[in-house]
Amino acid sequence: MTTTHASSDRRAWSLVRWVVLAVLTVAAVFPFYYMLMLSFVPIESLLLDPGRIWVAGQQLTTETYRTVLASTENEGQGFGLFLRNSAIVATACMVITLLISIPGAYAVARLPFMGRRTVSALFLSVYLFPTIVLAVPLFIAFAKVGLQSSLVGLMLVYVVQTIPVSIYMLRTYFETIPETVEEAAEIDGAGRFATMRHITLPLAMPSILSTGLYVFMIAWNEFLFALLFLAAQPERWTVSLGLAQLSNGIEVPKTVLMAGSVILTVPIIVLYSIAERALTEGLTAGADKG
Amino acid sequence: MTATTPVTATDTGATPNPRTRTKRDNRDGIAMVLPTVVIVVAVIVIPVLWNLVLAFQDLRLIDLRDAGPFDNLTLENFRRVFTGPGFWQALWNTVVYSVLSTAGSILVGLGAALALRRPFPGRGVLRALMLLPYVAPVVAVAFTWEMMLNPQFGIVNVWGQRLGMDRPIDFLGQAPWAMATVIAFEIWRYFPFAFLFLTARLLTVSHDTEEAAVMDGASTWQRYRYIVLPQLLPVIALLCVLRLIMTFNKFDDVYLLTGGGAGTEVVAVRVYDTLTGRFDVGGAAAQAIMLALFLAVALGLYHRILRRQEQRS
Repeated sequence: MTTTHASSDRRAWSLVRWVVLAVLTVAAVFPFYYMLMLSFVPIESLLLDPGRIWVAGQQLTTETYRTVLASTENEGQGFGLFLRNSAIVATACMVITLLISIPGAYAVARLPFMGRRTVSALFLSVYLFPTIVLAVPLFIAFAKVGLQSSLVGLMLVYVVQTIPVSIYMLRTYFETIPETVEEAAEIDGAGRFATMRHITLPLAMPSILSTGLYVFMIAWNEFLFALLFLAAQPERWTVSLGLAQLSNGIEVPKTVLMAGSVILTVPIIVLYSIAERALTEGLTAGADKG
Repeated sequence: MTATTPVTATDTGATPNPRTRTKRDNRDGIAMVLPTVVIVVAVIVIPVLWNLVLAFQDLRLIDLRDAGPFDNLTLENFRRVFTGPGFWQALWNTVVYSVLSTAGSILVGLGAALALRRPFPGRGVLRALMLLPYVAPVVAVAFTWEMMLNPQFGIVNVWGQRLGMDRPIDFLGQAPWAMATVIAFEIWRYFPFAFLFLTARLLTVSHDTEEAAVMDGASTWQRYRYIVLPQLLPVIALLCVLRLIMTFNKFDDVYLLTGGGAGTEVVAVRVYDTLTGRFDVGGAAAQAIMLALFLAVALGLYHRILRRQEQRS
């Protein structure tokens, strides 16, 4: 009696589980599929049959991608240029953030210096502080010193915004490297910086790479400050900003902009698939401590 | 004998004096953390303090060039924020938006984490797919949602009508729908975040207690309710705080989907509009401060309640 009860209970839950999985997977993936599908379709074809979820091969076109990537002189939408801008800003932001936060994270993880707790608290509060509070004064300040509408100003803001999370991820990793490894090197006569360069950094390389990728992704995806600083300068738009600005108008066919969305999304998906494991572990480190 | 002597010799050689070591640690630590502190102070702390001053100034964007840092001090900005209806409505919208999005994303994330708990072929792939909404660029996914929900050619409305809706719904431009849609979008984008944290915590939940409970005839529901859930509560509390803070300050998602129209104006969007649409620097700064203050007070209250509960138990 109890065993049949238990097995029907188990069967019911197993069903619930598969339904949950199916619904969530479709919900998570369908918008991306829809984006990809529409990006290969001429706008007339979408308007003719808006309900379909499958497009036959011969109706597909790559004209949307040509249009969206071509420069405005060539009757395109200039996403080639936007891609260049985004790549410059995100790469520079990644490199600078790592250069600054590696020593910072190391110090916070290892060295008992004066004010260590204050510094940690400062970084945490930066991470949680409303971005919009920064937006007003930075908008004004950058206008005054002439950094407004420059990629350098934007990069600076991204660096500051990504430093706290970068320090957090790196610090957790540094803390897992046993101190005895470093002490051994120091006993052999290596100074602090030699030890860091030859022992600690190589050991921390997986974490440094995934942190770097994460910083790159944040900078690539950012929208608010790009909008605040660069809205008036189409030749400096990042891909995110360009897509948002053009999708407000009615001039550009929507499926061309869908191609733009794919171009914006693909680099992120590629980076993410390279670093998925390291990223998820780095982000949730500490969650298991409650 | 000969083997031990050199070891003690190098030992004393490497750490000759604990005090110089501490001193060196202190000096190196400060040197290494200094660049971070300098840039954070310059680009965050000073601007935030300046925002405080701006909130007490009567300042328009056009006057900016000639205005000194402490010109035209006034309480007028706060008077307008407090007495006008717009800000309070926006604050209420922000509360509704962030509370419902947070609760929804944690619930859905919990469902996903539990459903993907036991291994099966293809679990890794599903897990990776479920994280897509979280990592993808917000502008791209917001635009895709806009397309899907479009009243003329969006797939949701087309299929909705085929399945019995009598007319298309303007999901992003009509009052009750718009707020529901931005909340749904937020749940969709952030359930993976909750899923990640809960999955990490589930790994450490011991199977022994659960197996024992099953032996004792506990149903699956009882197992989840009385064994698994209590162990997840600390992470759920952490997620609540993190997501509430993040959603409370959110700008991108609402701005991109509705532009703050149709009853979805949250404070962050209102600050942006005050700054760039009405060129009212002081008003924008005052509202931004109110947002931060409200958040700080709410967090303080939460912290106190939590401590009191801990003391009681």
